[in-house]
Amino acid sequence: MRNVTLILDDGSRFHGTSFGYEAPVAGEVVFNTAMTGYPESLTDPSYAGQLMVLTYPLVGNYGVPPFTVEPDGIATFMESDRIYASAIIVSDYSSEYSHWNACESLADWLKREGVPGITGIDTRELTKVLREHGVMMGKIVFDDEPDNIPEAQYSGVNYVAQVSCKDIIKYNEGAPKKVVLVDCGVKNNIIRCLIKRNVEVIRVPWNYDFNQLEFDGLFLANGPGDPDTCVDAVENIRKFLDNPVVRPCMGICMGNQLLSKAAGARIYKLKYGHRSHNQPVRMVGTTKCFITSQNHGYAVDNTTLPAEWEPYFINMNDGSNEGVRHKVNPWFSAQFHPEACSGPVDTEFLFDDFVKLL
Amino acid sequence: MKENKIRKVLLLGSGALKIGEAGEFDYSGSQALKALKEEGIRTILINPNIATVQTSEGVADQIYFLPVTPFFVEKVIAKERPDGIMLAFGGQTALNCGVELYKSGILKKYDLQVLGTPVQAIMDTEDRELFVEKLHEIDVKTIKSEACENIEQACKAAQALGYPIIIRAAYALGGLGSGFCNNEQELIRLAEKAFSFSPQVLVEKSLKGWKEIEYEVVRDRFDNCITVCNMENFDPLGIHTGESIVIAPSQTLTNSEYHKLRELSIRIVRHVGIVGECNVQYAFDPNSEDYRVIEVNARLSRSSALASKATGYPLAFVAAKLGLGYGLFDLKNSVTKTTSAFFEPALDYVVCKIPRWDLGKFRGVDRELGSSMKSVGEVMAIGRTFEEVIQKGLRMIGQGMHGYVDNKELKIENVDEALQEPTDKRIFVIAKAMEQGYTIDQIHELTKIDKWFLQKLHNICETDKALHACSSVNVLDNALLLKAKQQGFTDFQIARALGLEKEMDIEKAILIIRNRRKQAGIVPYVKQIDTLAAEYPAQTNYLYLTYSGVAHDIKYEHDKRSVVVLGSGAYRIGSSVEFDWCGVQALNTIRKEGYRSVMINYNPETVSTDYDMCDRLYFDELTFERVMDILDLECPYGVIVSTGGQIPNNLAMRLDEQHVPILGTSAQHIDNAEDREKFSEMLGRIGVDQPEWSALTSMEDINAFIDKVGFPVLVRPSYVLSGAAMNVCSNQEELERFLKLAANVSKKHPVVVSRFLEHAKEVELDAVARNGEIIAYAISEHIEFAGVHSGDATIQFPPQKLYVETVRRIKKISKKIARELQISGPFNIQFLARENDIKVIECNLRASRSFPFVSKVLKINLIEIATRIMLGLPVEKPAKSLFDLDYVGIKASQFSFNRLQKADPVLGVDMASTGEVGCLGEDSRTALLKSMLSVGQRIPAKNILLSTGAAKQKAEMLEAAKMLVDHGYQLYATGGTSRYLTENGIPNELVYWPSEDGQPQALTMLHERKIDMVVNVPKDLTAGELDNGYKIRRAAIDLNIPLITNARLASAFIYAFCTVAPDDLDIKSWQEYGTGDN
Repeated sequence: MRNVTLILDDGSRFHGTSFGYEAPVAGEVVFNTAMTGYPESLTDPSYAGQLMVLTYPLVGNYGVPPFTVEPDGIATFMESDRIYASAIIVSDYSSEYSHWNACESLADWLKREGVPGITGIDTRELTKVLREHGVMMGKIVFDDEPDNIPEAQYSGVNYVAQVSCKDIIKYNEGAPKKVVLVDCGVKNNIIRCLIKRNVEVIRVPWNYDFNQLEFDGLFLANGPGDPDTCVDAVENIRKFLDNPVVRPCMGICMGNQLLSKAAGARIYKLKYGHRSHNQPVRMVGTTKCFITSQNHGYAVDNTTLPAEWEPYFINMNDGSNEGVRHKVNPWFSAQFHPEACSGPVDTEFLFDDFVKLL
Repeated sequence: MKENKIRKVLLLGSGALKIGEAGEFDYSGSQALKALKEEGIRTILINPNIATVQTSEGVADQIYFLPVTPFFVEKVIAKERPDGIMLAFGGQTALNCGVELYKSGILKKYDLQVLGTPVQAIMDTEDRELFVEKLHEIDVKTIKSEACENIEQACKAAQALGYPIIIRAAYALGGLGSGFCNNEQELIRLAEKAFSFSPQVLVEKSLKGWKEIEYEVVRDRFDNCITVCNMENFDPLGIHTGESIVIAPSQTLTNSEYHKLRELSIRIVRHVGIVGECNVQYAFDPNSEDYRVIEVNARLSRSSALASKATGYPLAFVAAKLGLGYGLFDLKNSVTKTTSAFFEPALDYVVCKIPRWDLGKFRGVDRELGSSMKSVGEVMAIGRTFEEVIQKGLRMIGQGMHGYVDNKELKIENVDEALQEPTDKRIFVIAKAMEQGYTIDQIHELTKIDKWFLQKLHNICETDKALHACSSVNVLDNALLLKAKQQGFTDFQIARALGLEKEMDIEKAILIIRNRRKQAGIVPYVKQIDTLAAEYPAQTNYLYLTYSGVAHDIKYEHDKRSVVVLGSGAYRIGSSVEFDWCGVQALNTIRKEGYRSVMINYNPETVSTDYDMCDRLYFDELTFERVMDILDLECPYGVIVSTGGQIPNNLAMRLDEQHVPILGTSAQHIDNAEDREKFSEMLGRIGVDQPEWSALTSMEDINAFIDKVGFPVLVRPSYVLSGAAMNVCSNQEELERFLKLAANVSKKHPVVVSRFLEHAKEVELDAVARNGEIIAYAISEHIEFAGVHSGDATIQFPPQKLYVETVRRIKKISKKIARELQISGPFNIQFLARENDIKVIECNLRASRSFPFVSKVLKINLIEIATRIMLGLPVEKPAKSLFDLDYVGIKASQFSFNRLQKADPVLGVDMASTGEVGCLGEDSRTALLKSMLSVGQRIPAKNILLSTGAAKQKAEMLEAAKMLVDHGYQLYATGGTSRYLTENGIPNELVYWPSEDGQPQALTMLHERKIDMVVNVPKDLTAGELDNGYKIRRAAIDLNIPLITNARLASAFIYAFCTVAPDDLDIKSWQEYGTGDN
C-alpha cells in the first residue's frame, strides 16, 4: 500500500496509506461520527466535493452490497447512482470483509469508482483539529509523487447543479397523489419513503420551475453545498408559497434551508456541521425528542424566521435550528434526515404526516 | 419535571457476589444512590454485601445489612416507611424480591410507589408466556418456546419442536438451570434440575450458530427512547452472553441491520412500558436479516454496566433520575456537561469484554461453556483496532496469558473437537488451530464464529510470524514494530517472538524492547472517552491508551500532585469487590487531601472505574509495561500498590527497580513478606513462632520433609495470583496438584511447606501501621477450624471466643512484625491458635479481603487511615477499639456451586466462594442467622440429613443434633452418623449411601424433596469418601437444598436458628449499631 499524506489548509499533516483509488484529491474535509453505513454515506450526493472522515475506526467490515437496481430504477442498497464523496479517510480499514450480502470489498468498490480511500489516520485527532478550526479544505497527496498536488474549491461552488438530475423522472406513475420532488441531490431513500406511501413522485431538476406542473404536494430534497448558490430553486419555492392555492410542502436538509430562505430567513455556515447518527432534536413546545441522522454544514438562523413561521425542531446539543413550519399552512421541513439511510429511523413518521396532508 | 412527593426511597441491593450477579450491581446501586442524593431524597439501602462501595458511609442515608428477601424487606419498610422503592438496581435478586412484595400486596399495604419500570412490565418480561404474547402484539418475533410445568410436558414439547432444543428455567438469573439438549435423555436430566429452581421450564428450538446481538435501551415516562449501545458477541448463540467475548459496538452489522434491531428494541421497550433502562437480546441470522428476540431484561444488568463503561453514558444514574419522573431532555450528558443526556453515544474506539473463569479451582467441574453462566468476573479492553483490544483483554483476564499469541504451549488432543465444543480456553484453541494451519473457513465451520473476527485474529498470527522471522532486535524495522504495537503486542510478546528469552532474562529483554521502541518514537497515546467521538469538546478524565494515534487528548501538568492507585483487575475467586472498596476509599482520601487521584483498572463491574470517582481514570492494563507507560506520562507524586490485592502487590518490586515512588511500605519489605522463605527466616530471627517449615526447591526435598512431619501440610507459594495464597494439602495427590498450580505462577521463588495444625482456630489481624508502629487494628476469628480457606471461612468480629491472653499475644507478635518490616500502610496477618499457642502462617503487606468488613463493623475506615499515612499526613490512633463494640459482625461466604455443573461443593484446598456478606447483630447468633440467610441458606422446615464425617466432627455436631431433635426436627443420618447418634440417645432414621444397598436411599429422599437441609461433612478428602459424599452434596446443590459441609459452621447455624426466631431478629440499620442504646 502506498503512503499518503493528508494536508489540511492550516498546514497540519496526517500520514497514512492508500487503500482506494490511487490518485491525489482535494476537497472540504468533514467528519462523520456514525458507526455504520459507509455505503449509504459514500453514495449520499450531499457529500459531493467532500473528503469524508469517519471517526469510528474500524471500516470496511461488512464489505459492500451489490449495486443492483430495482424495476423502478432505484438502487436496491445505495443512496444514488454512484459514490459522491471525493474520498474516505479512516483509521483501520478492514481489508477482509464478512457479510452474506456483500459482493466486493470497500477497497475494490472505491477503485472501481475512482475514489481515493486512506487508512492509518488518527481520525480522532483529525476530528479535533477540524472541530477547533472548523471545516477546512484538505488534500490527499501520495508521498512518492510529492509534486502531484490536487486543487479544489468548495465554497461558492454550486454542487447542487452538479448532482441534480438533468431531466424529469417519474416514479410510481398513476398513484392517487402526485408529489413534485425538487432534486438538489436527493437520496434514494426519500424516494423510497414516498413510493412506499403510494404517491407518484415527479423528480425535477433543482432549478426547474415546477409551478407549471400539476401536483398535490411539494417535496424539497437534500443536497450538497451552500444553499445560497441555489437562487433559482428558492425563487421557484417562493412562487409556490405565494400561490393562493395552498398545497402541502415538506423539506429535508437542504430542503429545510431552501424553504426557510424562500420564507425569508437567513442561512449561516456551522463551524463544523452535524454529520452523525446521534443528533438529538426536540419538537418545539413538546416533550417529544428524537435521535436523528444528520449531514449538513449550514443552518437556518432561527432569529431571522418571519412572524408566520416558527422553528419546528431544535437541536438539543447546540440549540441550532432543526426544522421550520408555517403557523397556518401545511408547510414544514426538517434539517435532519427522517428517511435515515444511514442512521436511526425514529422520525420516518414525518413522511406519514406529509402524505396525510395531500 | 420530576414528581416532588418522593422524599424517601428504598433501594434493594443484590446481596453477595455470585456467578451471574456480581460487582456490576455495586456500580448500578451506587450510581442510583448518587442520583437520589443529588435530589435531596433520603435513601435507604438493603444489602448484606458489606464489602461494597454502596454500603459505605455517606452513599446511602440508612444501610441495612440484611438479606434481600421479602421477609426482611417488609420489616425494613414497616420501620422506615419510605415513599418509593427501586427494584432495578440490584439484579435479579432485587427484581424477584420486588415482584414477590408486589404480588403479596406488601407494596400496596405500605403505599409504596415503585419508581421506574412498573412491576407489571417486569412480570411481562420475566414470564416467558406473557413475554411472547406481549411481543407478538407488536409483530416482534420471539423464539418459539413451550412453557412446561413438568417433565412429561417438556419431552412432548421437545418432540414437537425437534432437537436440538434449549431449556430455560423461568425467573432465573443468568441462565440458571438452563442448557442445550440433543436428545430426550439429556432433556430429562436437565429438566429435573431446572424444575428444582422454578415451577416453569421453557423448551425452545435451538438457534445455535446465529449471531447474538444486544441493545441497551433507555426510555423516559414521556416515551422518549434512546439506545445507548449495541454489542455483538464474538461467540455465536449457544454460549450465554455472560460467557461470551463481547464487542461494542457491533462489528459485522450493516446500517440496515443495526437500525432494524434498534427500531425493534425501541418498539419493544415502548410497548412493555419500561421507565429507565432495559436490555434486549437478539438472535440474528448470519445469512439474512431474520432475527428472534431472546430476552428482555427490565432492569440494569451486567450488559448495562458494560455498556455504561463502554460508552461513558451513566446508565444507572440516568435510570434512577428517570424513575423519579424526569425526562431525558431534562438531563445533561455528564461527560460533556453541555450537551443533552438524550443522545446516543458515538464511539471512536472499540471495546472488548472477556469473561474470567476460575474453573481450575473446582474439582470435577464441567469446563464446557453453554447457555448457563460460569464465569466469575470480566474485563473490558479499549483500543482502536480489534487486534489491540482482544490482546489487551486476554492479558487482563489474568490467567497467565500474554495475549493471543506467544503464550505457553497449550496442549490439546483434538483441536476439531475443542473448537466445536467450547470451553474456557476456546480462544486459545483458535490460536492453536491457526498455528497448525487451519484455514479461516475451517475454523468458521467448526465454531460458527463470524469470519471477520477470525480474520482479525489471523492478522495477529501473521504479524507474530513476521516478528518470529526477525533474527534479532537489530533487524526489527520500525514499521513492523509499530504494526505489532497497534495490534496489541506487548514488549514481552515481541521479546519472546524475537527469541530474546534464550539470551537473557525475560524482564531484561522487555526493557530492551521498551527502550528500542521509545527511541523510535513508538509510544502509546492517551485518548478520551467522550461519548461524542470528539464532535464536542469534553473535559472528561475517562482515558485509555492506544498505539493507533499521533497525539494525546490531555495535557499533563507535571506538578507532582498525581497519586496513582493501582486497581484490582478482574473479579475472581479470592479477589473481588472488597478490593474495589479499598481502591475507592484510597481515591476518596487522596482527593480529599488535595492530590490528584488517578486510578488504573479495567474491570467494568466496579465503582472504581466510574470516571467521577477519581480525577483521572485510565481504563487500561495493570501490566508492568502499561503501568510504566502511564507513569512516564503522569510523573506522579507516588503510586499506591497496597489497596488492589495481589496484582499491584506483585508489581511492587519491578516498579521499584525503575525508581517509581511507591507510597507506604517499601518494595523491599513487601518482598520480604511475599517471599515465604525470607519471611519464615525473619520470623525465626525475631522470635515469632510458626509451624515447622521448609523451603521447597525440589519434589524430593518436600517429600522428605513430609515424611518427617506428616500430612496435612500447609503450602505457601510466593507471589501467587488469584488469591490462592496458601493451601492445606491432606495427601500426596492434592499436594502435587497444588504445587503444579503454584509452580505455574511463580518459578523464581521457592515454596514454603509447613506442618499444618489440626483443630486450631484461625485468627486474623487487619491493621494499619506507620513506620513500623501499629496505628489501628482489628482482630477477627474464624468460626470454622483452620483448614477451610480463609476466603471461605465464616468470620466473626470482634472475636467472641478468644482468650484475652490469645489476643494479647497476637498484638505483641503483630507489633514485632510491623516493626521489623517497617510497615507503613495496610497489612494483614493470619494466625493459628490452639490454646494460647499462637503461630503466624501468613502476612500480606497490603489490604486484605476483610478490610471493608472490619472497617465497617468497627466504624473506622482503615483504608482512609492507611492512605493518609502513605501520603505522609498525620494520623491519630483511634480512641475506639474492638473491645468497645457491643454488637457482633459476621462475614459469611457465598458459594455458586449451583452454577458449576458437576463441581464438588466441598471446602478446603482452594478457595471456592464467589462472594460474601457481613451482617450485624446484638450477638453472634443473630448476626450469624442474618448472614447465613443472606447467602441463601434457609431455616429448614422439618427434615435434616446428617452425615457428619470423622469421629471428632461427629462429636462436635452432637449438641447441635440434640438441639434439632428438641426443636422438633426429624433427623436422617447415614450409617456411621446414625450409629453415633443412636449410641448417644438421639433419635434418627438411618438412610443409605449411594454405594450401599438398602432403603431408604439418601439420594432418593433428596430427589423426592423430602429433605430440607443437608449437613454433609467429609471425613477427609480421599477419593472414595469424596465419591459417596459427592453424590449427596451435588444432589443437594442441583436440587437447591441448603447444604453445609463444615461441622462447626453447621453447629453454629443450628444453634442460631434453634434459639432465635426470625421474627426476633433485630432490624437495625448500620448507623443504629453502637449508638449506646443496644
